[in-house]
Amino acid sequence: MSTINFEEIFETKLAKNEMIEPKDWMPDNYRKHLIRQISQHAHSEIVGMLPEGNWITRAPSLRSKIVLLAKVQDEGGHGLYLYTAAESLGISRDEMLDALHTSKAKYSSIFNYPTLTWADVAAIGWLVDGAAIMNQVMLQRTSYGPYSRAMIRICKEESFHQRQGYEAMTRLAFGTPAQKSMAQDALNRFWFPTLMMFGPPDKESPNSDNAVKWRIKRETNDELRQRFVNQTVPQIEYLGLNLPDANIKWNEAKNGYDFSEPNWVEFKNVINGNGPCNKERLNARVNAHKNGEWVRAAAAAYAKKLDDQTLAA
Amino acid sequence: MNHHFKYLLRLADNSLINAQCLCKWTGHGPFLEEDLALTNIALDILGRSKLLLEHAALIEGNGKSDDDLAFHRSEREFLNTKLVEQPTPDYAYTIIKQVIIDSFDLNLYKELSKSKDDVLAGIAAKSIKEITYHYRHTSSWVNRFGLGTEESNQRAQNALNELWRFTGELCETDETDEWAIKNGIGCSVENFKASWQTQLKNLFNESNLTIPENTFMQTGGKNGIHTEHLGYILAEMQTLPKAHVGATW
Amino acid sequence: MSDSQGPMWEVFVQKKAGQPFVHCGNLHAFDKEMALQNARDLYTRRMEGVALWVVKSEHIVASSPEDQGSFFEPANDKIFRHPTFYQVPDIIKHM
Repeated sequence: MSTINFEEIFETKLAKNEMIEPKDWMPDNYRKHLIRQISQHAHSEIVGMLPEGNWITRAPSLRSKIVLLAKVQDEGGHGLYLYTAAESLGISRDEMLDALHTSKAKYSSIFNYPTLTWADVAAIGWLVDGAAIMNQVMLQRTSYGPYSRAMIRICKEESFHQRQGYEAMTRLAFGTPAQKSMAQDALNRFWFPTLMMFGPPDKESPNSDNAVKWRIKRETNDELRQRFVNQTVPQIEYLGLNLPDANIKWNEAKNGYDFSEPNWVEFKNVINGNGPCNKERLNARVNAHKNGEWVRAAAAAYAKKLDDQTLAA
Repeated sequence: MNHHFKYLLRLADNSLINAQCLCKWTGHGPFLEEDLALTNIALDILGRSKLLLEHAALIEGNGKSDDDLAFHRSEREFLNTKLVEQPTPDYAYTIIKQVIIDSFDLNLYKELSKSKDDVLAGIAAKSIKEITYHYRHTSSWVNRFGLGTEESNQRAQNALNELWRFTGELCETDETDEWAIKNGIGCSVENFKASWQTQLKNLFNESNLTIPENTFMQTGGKNGIHTEHLGYILAEMQTLPKAHVGATW
Repeated sequence: MSDSQGPMWEVFVQKKAGQPFVHCGNLHAFDKEMALQNARDLYTRRMEGVALWVVKSEHIVASSPEDQGSFFEPANDKIFRHPTFYQVPDIIKHM
């Protein structure tokens, strides 16, 4: 059988909306694209534990502490589902972690912004998870089976995250004047970084074309961004907060809001390591990995002893 | 202070401070699976502390909430044992500290499930299942550390040497305990002290670890005389409610 | 695939007693007990199950996509294996 036949089978499956599975033939670029995208996604979940995790010990009520702890834990779980999905494509978790730790792999730029106040944690739940969910709902129908199944599980589990963030934001926005101004400040600082999460504009997005063709992605960056703005503006209005962008205005013709472009120069810098917390985030991950080395070595040595005993018995 | 309230508060504070220390690992664990597993343990214990504080607040009966008790008491008013507030500079400390707590609490809460205080008995019954699993998790790590590598054995032994002096306090009985025992609210540690110590001794022995001998035991936490660590734990934990008095979150 | 994170395992969850075990995902663990505990902590946080199986991924034997035709298509014309192939008088209900 020639390669061309395999490619035809692959294309036919895509055309029929069928899933591609780990053992199926797939073009090298499809595999590469998936490994890059899924591992980035996994890294984003793991690094994403840090900005919110920063407030677990300082959560202002027992309830909010429990909820935040559960939420950050979920993110770790989601990272794990995604790492294993990527591993089904023939890359090891070690290789992926190494790429993260040596800055070869990217992760979502949003997590390089600091959580300065408790309201930032609420803003992340509401805005960042809101934006992430939009992307993830789309990815449930992605063409690669293990990725799709991971996303289905993740979406099910994430459904409480955004509500949790908005609830926390509501308490602040309707709380004391100090709480309200904390909420406004968080919204102002997280608005544009959240819009950047959908990636560069379609006309400048190098990976978007293929991703849509292969049905890895099903909507473009700009489409998702517009939908997010349309959904979020009324939520801001309900909170009684000021809009974070003076150019947000309803546009009847496009049945959506106009809004300012994020600062794409800033985006590129944050992606390339110059964001406010890139170094801190990476150090935290590298340190956890290094400090865990003896723990993993102990577990491996103990497992070997158990195996040897079984063999000897 | 009312004995019933004080008895509950000690249980609650032990759980709360234990959980507060555990949650520092979330996002920083030795590998992803273990990060999630330890967080599960922290969540159980944090949940228990909330239930216990709610109940304690009710028994105190002056309109305070669980959050008031958690966030608006000072260092000298916290009644947890010194063991739970000890820092954990490496993962061996965390596991050794936790396995001591888990093995003790498993015995303790089994007894408390028979309490005449129905709410406490209910919390205890729920907790037994959770702690049974916690002990399974932490004790399997004691095996791995003790029998894994030379380094892991050494680290676990160091942690055990450092932490053992805080275990005497777990078994102390004062007038509040006596009141609780007499009224069927609490239980006597004497009922399980020997079997608990044997259980731990066996676990450490099978893992090539040794409980230090002739240790001078530290005391005081149960009456609010703490190590210096607690002040920092509370400063961190209570920062927001103390800065925004009257705010709700 | 074995690396510094330990070997990969497959996890199967039984949702309710009596139901089949269904594959739900993967994880890394160094030994059997750890694999079981990690599966519990990762895949049953939301009451998803009452029992678990874990097995090292290297022990899974899988058919390949190339086998699809020869393995599964021969079943297509064996309609006599399905109850609807047989006629039963209308008067007989519940068979």
